[in-house]
Amino acid sequence: MSQGSMAQAASPSVAVDYNMDVVRWGALATVFWGVVGFLVGDVIAWQLAFPVLNFDIEFLNFGRLRPLHTSAVIFAFGGNALLATSFYVVQRTCRAPLYGGKALPAFVFWGYQLFIVMAAIGYVTGVTQGREYAEPEWFVDLWLTIVWVCYLAVFVGTLLKRREPHIYVANWFYLAFIVTIAMLHLGNNLAIPVSLFGTKSYSMFSGVQDALTQWWYGHNAVGFFLTAGFLGMMYYFIPKRAERPVYSYRLSIIHFWALIFLYIWAGPHHLHYTALPDWAQTLGMTFSIMLWMPSWGGMINGLMTLSGAWDKLRTDPVLRFMVAAVGFYGMSTFEGPVMSIKAVNGLSHYTDWTIGHVHSGALGWVAFVSFGAIYFLIPVLWNRERLYSMRLVAHHFWLGTIGIVLYITSMWVSGIMQGLMWRAYDELGFLQYSFIETVEAMHPYYIIRATGGLLFVLGSLLMVWNVYKTIKGDLRNEAPIGTPATVAAE
Amino acid sequence: MLLKKHHIVEKNVFFLILGIFMTIIIGGIVEIVPLFTMEQTIEKVEGVRPYSPLEQAGRNIYLREGCYNCHSQQIRPFRDEVERYGHYSLAAESMYDHPFQWGSKRTGPDLARVGGKYSNAWHVAHLIDPRAVVPESIMPGYPFLAERKLNFDDAQAHLETLKLVGVPYTDEMIEAAKADLYLQASEDAAYDDDFLARYPNAATGDFDGNPAELTEMDALVAYLQVLGRMVDFTTYNPQMNLR
Repeated sequence: MSQGSMAQAASPSVAVDYNMDVVRWGALATVFWGVVGFLVGDVIAWQLAFPVLNFDIEFLNFGRLRPLHTSAVIFAFGGNALLATSFYVVQRTCRAPLYGGKALPAFVFWGYQLFIVMAAIGYVTGVTQGREYAEPEWFVDLWLTIVWVCYLAVFVGTLLKRREPHIYVANWFYLAFIVTIAMLHLGNNLAIPVSLFGTKSYSMFSGVQDALTQWWYGHNAVGFFLTAGFLGMMYYFIPKRAERPVYSYRLSIIHFWALIFLYIWAGPHHLHYTALPDWAQTLGMTFSIMLWMPSWGGMINGLMTLSGAWDKLRTDPVLRFMVAAVGFYGMSTFEGPVMSIKAVNGLSHYTDWTIGHVHSGALGWVAFVSFGAIYFLIPVLWNRERLYSMRLVAHHFWLGTIGIVLYITSMWVSGIMQGLMWRAYDELGFLQYSFIETVEAMHPYYIIRATGGLLFVLGSLLMVWNVYKTIKGDLRNEAPIGTPATVAAE
Repeated sequence: MLLKKHHIVEKNVFFLILGIFMTIIIGGIVEIVPLFTMEQTIEKVEGVRPYSPLEQAGRNIYLREGCYNCHSQQIRPFRDEVERYGHYSLAAESMYDHPFQWGSKRTGPDLARVGGKYSNAWHVAHLIDPRAVVPESIMPGYPFLAERKLNFDDAQAHLETLKLVGVPYTDEMIEAAKADLYLQASEDAAYDDDFLARYPNAATGDFDGNPAELTEMDALVAYLQVLGRMVDFTTYNPQMNLR
């Protein structure tokens, strides 16, 4: 069976009573939390340029807002995007309504929002486990476990009810994401609370074992939350929007299994040259480099899906968002393996280069493919003829892209520069720079980075306006993008 | 050809879940389990001890304020890092750290061996207003730590929980937890042989310049002052610990 006929089967022509409420809520939550997460990110970026912006108030200090930013973007924005699109895609590709009636999916959605709010309040008030990207304390973790089991039940239950013989490729990725996150969440949050009525707990592991468990979790939050789940998004929305079948069915099988197998091993590259035993570091590096291949398999499958439809990039800024996202995905999954090489990592680790790398993935890949999916979904979910304005989408695209370019280039320069300054010696054999001199040198790049972030926030505000007007039912009177007269002969 | 058989997992949800689970479980098992079972994972060194109650309270404040977002506690075995910060970090040095705080970013300098490098007064002034002592610093100020009374009266429960997860606190340490908390920040601690036997190398005395009250500042500075001070590297032989 070819992907072409599968994509056809996925068309919503059959009358099924789909549960779209939860998808609508999820789409709105994605937009809302996205703006919150980007905004907090930009605030802390300005704090690094101008420390007076911390105001020395505990609730506003960088140390507490930075986890708020990372979690808001990864778990609130990304999580809601995954929740909304997975619930949409699984119904459409299975031609079956969500399992669990109205109640269970609604519980998953609202339970997840409660998790976000509890985690966020914890960050600001200092209730934290002190583990990056796994900061929520034990009681929040327990709550998320309950919600996640229900999420798995809804998703698998819907797959079981499907009226298609095959499970569509997007669902493999969503399923791998849900299953793996469950394992990682449980494995990395093993902790014993000091008291059943208190918030504080102590991790069951310590030191080196704790470090590797944390980065087994941390890197696979990237691999499964921010990659596998969003590849699921790519596999549905790009073929749909481009109206082309997925490029290669075989490639999707090979890169799916290779990706999920290899990713799990990559965690130790966060611990190069630390007290983690060398064998584990080498293993992590080796698998990280191998990971380049399945990553690019996904990129190729996404990009080549546009074969015969490349002209649409000129006229459809929504598709442009998705395709640029795949491009950023390819770029950051190339940069990642390079940075996992120990010799390179010796320079890049602990510097802004890592921050830039993360943002080329998070802003370029995760956010852009989500924006594409949101722009696709909003008119469909609210039965509108089209988006309020395609030109606003195009403006959003360029604001976002310029923002990302400013962000990652300034972080390359500041990261490599600081790494080199740390190891610079003068002609007499002394360290050339004190630490604080290397901090001072970062100042201009922190301003450029924060400016890039500001552009990205502004772009997302255009999206808010566009989504609002579309739902309201307004159509902006505007000339379509790229009239046929301007298309070159091919 | 395996690809031809793929329709089996594509048509059966449970085979698909099983396949996914088998595929993702392997890497973690191979990499993590040996760290618990291989003896060489943690070097044999003298001197690493559990944190005193005051240090542990300070460590919890370090977590609470998110210091790990900008400060690492892990010195790599590079010439420049060893010259800048001191001996490279050993696994043994964080074996009682629940959770580990190796960090991933050095927006500020590494703190693995910051203990003893600066005076208590410097730390207090720096934490209250970093730019008062380091004009180019971009660190937030923490003036509220000096004004807030330390709330760690359940020190005993904390030590018991830590013991449960593997920190070798003795019954004596747990018994004396609350008393030790206050003792360490008083001038008497330096003359208390029992305390010093329980927590060798602990910095003692008033930390925050306000002997009248035990504040969060006392605890955080006590923690910072013990970082990297436990192992005596003059007796450490790396050849014995090749991994």
